[in-house]
Amino acid sequence: MKILVCISNVPDTTSKINFTGDNKEFDKNGVQFVINPWDEYALTRAIEIKEAKGGTVTVLNVGEADAEPNIRKALAIGADDAIRVNAHPKDAFFVAQQITAVAKENNYDMILMGKESIDYNGFQVHNMVGEMLGIPSVTPAFKLDMVDDSTARLEREIEGGKEVVEVKLPFVASAQQPMSEPRIPNMRGIMTARTKPLAVREPVGAEAKAEYVGYSKPEKKGGVKMIDPENAGELIALLRNEAKVL
Amino acid sequence: MSVLVFVEGLNGEIKKSSLEAAAYGSQVAQTLGTSATAVAIGEVHEEALAKLGEQGISKVLYDADSRLNQFVADAYVKVIAKAAQQESAKVLVFANSNIGAAVGSKLAVRLNGSLATNVTTLPKTDGGQFVVTRGVFSGKAFADVALTSDVKIIAVKKNAFEVSSNGGSTAAVEKLSADLADADFAAAPKETVMQDTDGGILLPEAEIVVSGGRGLKGPENWHLVEDLAKALGAATACSKPVSDLDWRPHHEHVGQTGITVSPNLYIAIGISGAIQHLAGVNSSKVIVVINKDPEAPFFKAADYGIVGDAFDVVPKLIEAAKALDK
Repeated sequence: MKILVCISNVPDTTSKINFTGDNKEFDKNGVQFVINPWDEYALTRAIEIKEAKGGTVTVLNVGEADAEPNIRKALAIGADDAIRVNAHPKDAFFVAQQITAVAKENNYDMILMGKESIDYNGFQVHNMVGEMLGIPSVTPAFKLDMVDDSTARLEREIEGGKEVVEVKLPFVASAQQPMSEPRIPNMRGIMTARTKPLAVREPVGAEAKAEYVGYSKPEKKGGVKMIDPENAGELIALLRNEAKVL
Repeated sequence: MSVLVFVEGLNGEIKKSSLEAAAYGSQVAQTLGTSATAVAIGEVHEEALAKLGEQGISKVLYDADSRLNQFVADAYVKVIAKAAQQESAKVLVFANSNIGAAVGSKLAVRLNGSLATNVTTLPKTDGGQFVVTRGVFSGKAFADVALTSDVKIIAVKKNAFEVSSNGGSTAAVEKLSADLADADFAAAPKETVMQDTDGGILLPEAEIVVSGGRGLKGPENWHLVEDLAKALGAATACSKPVSDLDWRPHHEHVGQTGITVSPNLYIAIGISGAIQHLAGVNSSKVIVVINKDPEAPFFKAADYGIVGDAFDVVPKLIEAAKALDK
């Protein structure tokens, strides 16, 4: 089983989000970066499948050199090797093209990633990769099991329910909770990760189709209006007459 | 050239998020001086299709192939691509749902188009540009994105646009057939299981959400959340610790790694308001926080707050909500 897991390097969930340069760029100053939490579900499930069935897990990141600590972390968690496509991830289409180029050179049995990154919240790349490679993409999946050596069974969330899908390898899937329980790297993992291969390659020529031209932040709330718990019922009247949401 | 909107059906009706997409699409069409067509798939009543006229849709293309009653990405893409070609559509509009965003992503590749998901504004088209605003950083910011390809694909964030209700005309319904082959259904689901939605309100589509946290002390107390939800016509939700403890199912978990909701009203009971939870609810229009801890961080993000014990406060709210004339 050859599994490719794509990971993004994203601001930690507790980060304060600010912009610089006339609100044209994300301010990385003081921000700690982590492996995208959704991608961690995919990574852990890939490692679990490898442990049960044998094979390899390769992690792929489309990003600049500052992503390498988190690529090493993915290796410490249990991936075997890593590839970094040395490019700023301009948009989903650009990233999907880079992943597709890597996938075309290697016959992966499955390509996994999180359902979206917590920074750009696109929910696009997995379906684009599936379409570019002409293989099924099952998203967002919260359960992934092998039926036999050539078939996987996934459960995917749809609005208001779930679908059970069986697909032949190879396929693309995106992960969401509770596909797996993300792992914390242990000391042995951290030591071995230092010497695992991390290949850096240049991007294939690909255009971005969505250009990020500026950022803004939501307006601050006007402040909270407190209601006396003894007269809690008053809240309902305020929601109808003042907030006009009932 | 026209604007094409993909509408999703559920139990014969059109989903609210798709009606919002239809209203959005016809406004874009007006800006561009063209008309808006919708494409519908699967089990939708003909009256529901014609009623899309209320959202400004002039024509509906409908593929009634019963194999499309469940979601199969490749087949859906083929039908919508056919409609896009027939209508020479330059702008495609979807709801930002699991289905809409999936189909939109695949069409972006097939039609060589620019895609923006999670879109919260109409396009700005001055200077020949086509710029939309989309939610990024899990609700903590917005980004302006220029869509540079000839074909533009937009997935509209739920509850970001008003559905029009001013009557209006009926849309003409025309049959569409995309000549689907068995191969288009190769990845069809083996089984589809719909949740038992008490009262029929889907969490991702709900206008009002009542959500409970660990402050409720145990699943046996969930009747407080459920009764208030019922009285308000709301969907129920929960925080991550609650779904981790298996008090409630995972599909009710809202937050950074759960469902993102953007209702008109979000009522949080016994939820402290960790930043990861806020990421899933911070685009709600009005937030109410009920917590016995006055220092709970959620109060900083709230519009209305009550410091008090849920077991005292919520029954009073249920009583007041029941007394409201609908």
